[in-house]
Amino acid sequence: MRAPESDLPLVLDGVSLKAGATTLLRDISLTIAPGVPCLIVGPNGSGKTSLLRLCMGLTAPTGGRITWGGRTDPAPTRRAFVFQRPVMLRRAASGNVTYALAQAGTPRWQRAPRAKALLQRVGLADLAHRPARLLSGGEQQRLALARALARDPEILLLDEPTANLDPAATRAVEEIVMSAAQSGIKIVMASHDLGQVRRLVGEVIFLARGTLCERAATNDFLDHPSTAEARAFLRGDLVV
Amino acid sequence: MPDHLSALQLILAGDPALFAIVRLSLGVSIAAVALAAAVGMPMGALLALTHFPGRPVLVVLLNAMMGLPPVVVGLALYLLLSRSGPLGTFGILFTPAAMVVAQTVLIFPIIAALTRQTIEDLWAEYRDELNAMHVGPIGRMTTLLWDARFSLITALLAGFGRAAAEVGAVMIVGGNIDGFTRTMTTTVALETSKGNLPLAMGLGAILIVLVLAINAAAWGTRIWSQRLTG
Ligand SMILES: Nc1ncnc2c1ncn2[C@@H]1O[C@H](COP(=O)(O)OP(=O)(O)OP(=O)(O)O)[C@@H](O)[C@H]1O
Ligand SMILES: [Mg+2]
Repeated sequence: MRAPESDLPLVLDGVSLKAGATTLLRDISLTIAPGVPCLIVGPNGSGKTSLLRLCMGLTAPTGGRITWGGRTDPAPTRRAFVFQRPVMLRRAASGNVTYALAQAGTPRWQRAPRAKALLQRVGLADLAHRPARLLSGGEQQRLALARALARDPEILLLDEPTANLDPAATRAVEEIVMSAAQSGIKIVMASHDLGQVRRLVGEVIFLARGTLCERAATNDFLDHPSTAEARAFLRGDLVV
Repeated sequence: MPDHLSALQLILAGDPALFAIVRLSLGVSIAAVALAAAVGMPMGALLALTHFPGRPVLVVLLNAMMGLPPVVVGLALYLLLSRSGPLGTFGILFTPAAMVVAQTVLIFPIIAALTRQTIEDLWAEYRDELNAMHVGPIGRMTTLLWDARFSLITALLAGFGRAAAEVGAVMIVGGNIDGFTRTMTTTVALETSKGNLPLAMGLGAILIVLVLAINAAAWGTRIWSQRLTG
C-alpha cells in the first residue's frame, strides 16, 4: 500500500522555474531533512507558492533537479499539501475528509471514526454535515488541514494556512502544526506573518524575487538577518 | 363544440388513442436519452480529461453538432436504414427502434458536449487538490462525474427536451404510421394539416406541459444541488 521508502531528504539542486519569459524561481539549491519546521518566508510574489508546488511535485522545474529520498518522481503518497486557497469537494465537511482517507488507502471501516477525530482536531466537529463549500474561508482552511492530515503524511506542505483565520483559530492551527511536527511529520510552511514565524520555532528560508536569499534558524533570522532584502522585509519595507 | 373544448375533453376523458401516442413519444425519447447518456457521458468526460492532436477540432465539431437539423439527421438515417442502404438488413426503418436511433443521434452531441464542458470546468477547479491526493485516472473520472452530477442531470433534461419536441427526424424514419410510430409531434403536424384541430391541440397542450415540467425539474435540480453541495 504505502511505499516503505522515505521522501526525505527532499533535495533541490540548482532548480529554476520559468513561466514563458517570466522567471519565478532562480537557481535554488536546498536540502530539506527531517527535523524542525521549515518556514518559507518572503513578500508577496516572492515565489513561496511556486517553491511549495515544486516540493510537492505538482509542477516540474524548468531547470535543475528535485529528488525525494534520492528518487526523482515518487508518487505523492507520503506528502500532503494545504493550498493557499483550498478547493472544497462538493460534499459535506465529513465527506471531504473521508474522501481523503479513502484516497490514502484507509480501510472503509476506519474512515468514519477517523474523519470524526480529524474534524474534532481542527475544531469542526459541529459542522461535520455542512456542505463544505458553504463553510467560511477560515473553516475551509481548517478542513483542508484535516484533509491533509488524513493522508498521514511524512512531509506536510502548507501554503499560508492561517491567512484567513482569526487569532484564536490561528493559534489552534499553529498548535496542530506544532503537534504534527512533534509527532515526526516534516513541516514545510509558507508564511509572511512574522509573529507566526517566531511562534513556530524552527528554521527560515527567505525568498525574495524568486531567489533564495537566506537560510537560518528562526531566531538568528529574526534577530540578525544577514541580507539587505531580509532586513528590509523585517523592517516592513518593500523589497524593490 | 369549439375545438379547444373538445381538446380538453380528449385529455380529461383519457382518450386511449391520445394516450397511446403520448406513451410512445415518451418511451422513444426516454430510451434515446438513456442510450445517448450511456455513450455521451463517458465520451464527454474522456474528451475533457485527455489531450491528443485534433482534440480542439473534435470539441468544436461536437459543439456544432448540438444544433444538427433534425430533418437532416432523419434523411441521413433514412438512407442508411432503407432496404437498399448499408444498414438495411436490420429492417428497422419505420419502426420505433429507428426513431430511438434517430433521436439518440440527435441528442448524443448535446449530452456529450455539455458533459465535456462541465467536467472540464470542474477539473480545472479540482486538478491541484486531486493531484495532491494522488487520485488516479479512474478515480478522477468518477469523482468528477459524481461531483458534477447535478449539472449532468440538467444536461440530460436538455437532451430529453430536444428529443421530445423534435418532429423532423422521427417523421422521416418512423413514417408516422397510425398506432405504431405516431408521436405527439408528428401527430400534431399531421392532424393540423388534416384540419383535426382538437387532437392536435390536445397533444400540443400536453407537449407544452411536458416542456414546462422539464424546465421546472431542471430548476429544481439547481436549487436542490445548491442546498446540498453549496
Ligand atoms: N503561471 C504563471 N505565469 C506567470 N507568472 C506567474 C505564474 N504563476 C505565478 N507567477 C508569478 O510568479 C511570482 C511568484 O508567485 P507565487 O505565487 O509563488 O508567490 P508567493 O510568494 O506565493 O506570493 P503570495 O505571498 O502572494 O502568496 C508572482 O509574481 C506571480 O505573479
Ligand atoms: Mg502564495
